[in-house]
Amino acid sequence: MTVPVLELENVTKIYPVSQGMFKPRAMLTAVGGVSLSVARGEVHALVGESGSGKSTLAKMLLGLTKPTAGEIRIDGVPIAKTDRREVARRIQPVFQDPYSSLNPRKSVADLIALPLVAHRIGTSESRQKMVAAMLDAVGLPRRMIDAYPGQMSGGQRQRVAIARALVMKPDVLICDEPTSALDVSVQAQILNLLMDLKREFKLTYFFISHNLAVVEHLADRVAVMYLGRIVEERGREALFTHASHPYSRALLDCVLTPDPTLGMPDTVIAGSFPNPIAPPPGCAFHPRCPRATDRCHSVAPGPVPVADGVAACHYAN
Amino acid sequence: MSTTSASGAAATAAAGFDSVPVRRSPLARFTKRAARHPGFMAGAFILAVILVMSIGAPLFTTHDPYAQDISKRLIPPIWHAKGTWEHWLGTDKLGRDYFARLLYGGRISLMIGAATVLLSGAIGTALGVAAGFFGGRVDMVIGYIINVRLALPVVLVALAVAALVGTSLNTVIVVLGLLLWDRFAVVARSTTQQIAHADFVAAARAIGCSTRLIVFSEVLPNIINPLIVVATLEMAHAILLEAALSFLGLGVQPPLPSWGLMISEGKQYMFFSPWVITIPGVALVALVLGINLLGDGLRDVTAPDNRS
Amino acid sequence: MPLLDVDNLTIQIPTEAGLLNAVNGVSFTLERGETLAIVGESGSGKSLTSLALMDLLPSRAVRKARSMRFDGIDLMAVGQRKMEDLRGDRMAMIFQEPMTSLNPAYTVGDQLIEALRRHRPVSRAVARERAVHLLERVGITAAASRLGQYPHQLSGGLRQRVMIAMGLMCEPDLIIADEPTTALDVTIQAQILMLLRDIQREFGMGLILVTHDLGVVARVATKVAVMYAGRLVETGPVEAVFGAPSHPYTQGLLRAIPVPGRTRPGEPLGTIPGQVPNLIGPLAGCAFRNRCEHATDACAAAIPERDLGPGHRMACVLDPVATAA
Repeated sequence: MTVPVLELENVTKIYPVSQGMFKPRAMLTAVGGVSLSVARGEVHALVGESGSGKSTLAKMLLGLTKPTAGEIRIDGVPIAKTDRREVARRIQPVFQDPYSSLNPRKSVADLIALPLVAHRIGTSESRQKMVAAMLDAVGLPRRMIDAYPGQMSGGQRQRVAIARALVMKPDVLICDEPTSALDVSVQAQILNLLMDLKREFKLTYFFISHNLAVVEHLADRVAVMYLGRIVEERGREALFTHASHPYSRALLDCVLTPDPTLGMPDTVIAGSFPNPIAPPPGCAFHPRCPRATDRCHSVAPGPVPVADGVAACHYAN
Repeated sequence: MSTTSASGAAATAAAGFDSVPVRRSPLARFTKRAARHPGFMAGAFILAVILVMSIGAPLFTTHDPYAQDISKRLIPPIWHAKGTWEHWLGTDKLGRDYFARLLYGGRISLMIGAATVLLSGAIGTALGVAAGFFGGRVDMVIGYIINVRLALPVVLVALAVAALVGTSLNTVIVVLGLLLWDRFAVVARSTTQQIAHADFVAAARAIGCSTRLIVFSEVLPNIINPLIVVATLEMAHAILLEAALSFLGLGVQPPLPSWGLMISEGKQYMFFSPWVITIPGVALVALVLGINLLGDGLRDVTAPDNRS
Repeated sequence: MPLLDVDNLTIQIPTEAGLLNAVNGVSFTLERGETLAIVGESGSGKSLTSLALMDLLPSRAVRKARSMRFDGIDLMAVGQRKMEDLRGDRMAMIFQEPMTSLNPAYTVGDQLIEALRRHRPVSRAVARERAVHLLERVGITAAASRLGQYPHQLSGGLRQRVMIAMGLMCEPDLIIADEPTTALDVTIQAQILMLLRDIQREFGMGLILVTHDLGVVARVATKVAVMYAGRLVETGPVEAVFGAPSHPYTQGLLRAIPVPGRTRPGEPLGTIPGQVPNLIGPLAGCAFRNRCEHATDACAAAIPERDLGPGHRMACVLDPVATAA
């Protein structure tokens, strides 16, 4: 069996939260015991709502913050034992908002060349050539090399951000909602570009999104996160045809396809996200779950094998 | 938000479908906007005149600002009935040419302003960036240092130091430089805090940039505009403080031709020869006004476009 | 008489580079009980159009229209005072980010009560009762206890519900919601959209929904107006526009979104090449022609408006048959 390119074992991140001057600090479990493995060449999607911990997970993958417990491995080597620069060479980010992820004071050439400068690769001439090659790869005209982010459209900026991520020839791209700040027609262009680049550069994507329609379109496997835990991890087909966890099903119900004959879904899960400082006992989803029983109130479900994946629900089968 | 892309394309002057960005660097934009700002242009003009005249002083006068001629004491300026073209701004109590002293004095004022701001700007920016970027304990300690500094009365401390170590041009610069960094620190700290949380800083970290590279290549270029504005205002502040210290006799020492000192030396003659005070006074006001106009203009000119 | 009748609305904004023609000759009507979705991408002028109805445009923007009538009242002619009376009373607006449209210095209760008492001579007790009733109606539990809370103590979804309740305080005839769910999570978005739909039916109001999300449009709206570069390119009943999208831009938009069960995973999505034109200065002919695969020389001339069916119209020189590919 081949070693997965990216492996998470029991990754946990706990933040101390101050609750005011005279109260003791509370512990917020942003990510609680997440285990995943991402095979080379795969698009692994992570789905969840705000506060689910998906951004914290992305930060840990990028080495921006360290896990409180657990281990993240690249090609079987723990990143805690790897030089930060070496990690950066292998894993690169594409952020959500191309308006804030690009330094407004830098030209396109400087933006894309930044990783090369940081890792002291090449001379200024060879860097210039690599930048031009990246512009071609992401479909930006070469005359934009001297443009500044303020003069570009959202789609063009996101292309620059992708070019910057790819200039080091990484293995894995962490895409954190890469199209949610973009217009519909631009989103399609960027998604198509990501699919093309994946083939061309043999990339693996860890794709974080709340848009299930987009996830369905490009993911091979999907992990659904709720309150810091993975509640279901399935192959795409399996998840979208028969999701096992009630939360995954609720998310799928909320996908609004542009079909006027359907109207709004009949049932929508009630309530909102619980307070992560004081998560509900038992299964964290039980206060909103239409199928919750006494058992769900007291016993937290562990992962149960289901077709092509696992689901953390007492009644998954 | 609905006009985002339209305003993004606003950089292109051409109408219609050609929305390819024009290669216009921030510098080109800056010049274009600056040219339309009357305050900025007025300030720049005043400052440019003073700068050229002071630095090129030997080109504008043949007189030696130190040459005394007791026989020509207190000659009035040219607009006065007794004025001569020889000394068109008159002479002081020692018969030194007032125009020459004004020009060479301008050098001192500008030098003190620039040197003080370089020193205080370096201290304040370093402290402010460190506080804003690292946060936590570093921020707490630096915040404390800023508060201590704000509790010190500048003029009194300067007077005390001058009284202790003696007065000289260098003392004035060092003392003012060590005292006037607070506004740099406060501005650098708050702007850095904003930048430190921007995605592009996280991106730079994830790319593998060192902290040093992030500070110099991501943070500093984005906070430099407000700091330049602070620098102009602090420069004016330093020039005025030097004048005040010199007036009190604890700044620049004679025979150096500082404008503050000229006012101080002239104060005994002000009732009969008022120009000895008004001429350096007007020069001082013009210089400070010019710098402040330029600073205010810079703030407007470098302000980010409002999107929408 | 329609509740809202907008005829030839134009919005121009002077900028450093010249006059920006942000909205260009937009006309539509809205009846009571109808939901009109104004859909478009950024820069299409959809938000400005909705702000123009409420007279809330930025001060430098210039609003012109042949006529703009709300329940018979000429909105172009009413004075500042009368407009202030209409706003919040008979016309309400719900913004995208409720955090910035609720005043952080006042409690939820104070803001709700003030919203009613500003327009109606009622006692605080009566206003408070209505506030509690409406908070319950928008699905907020323990409504009475929420009145004493400040906006920052509420989650995004709750704040948006409070905004909706505030909009309903005076029982308006028209609600304009500008991207009301864009900042919210998908499950909360569905809750809020259902709420808006139910309330609109219950009170028989007119609802204008400004959005970029075609899924939201299809599920909630009765009528659609597709905007591109400040112009209306296609309008009609939602079934007609989604069932037989006719303008090349509408078609392009619908092809660009992935739809589970319809688009094949991994296959390239449809794209619209090129970019939105610069709207500074005059722009004759069809604004979409530089990106349109059907463009001909005729597109540079005046564009006719074609009737495609009951209430279904588009601004395109093409025969509807030719575009229905």
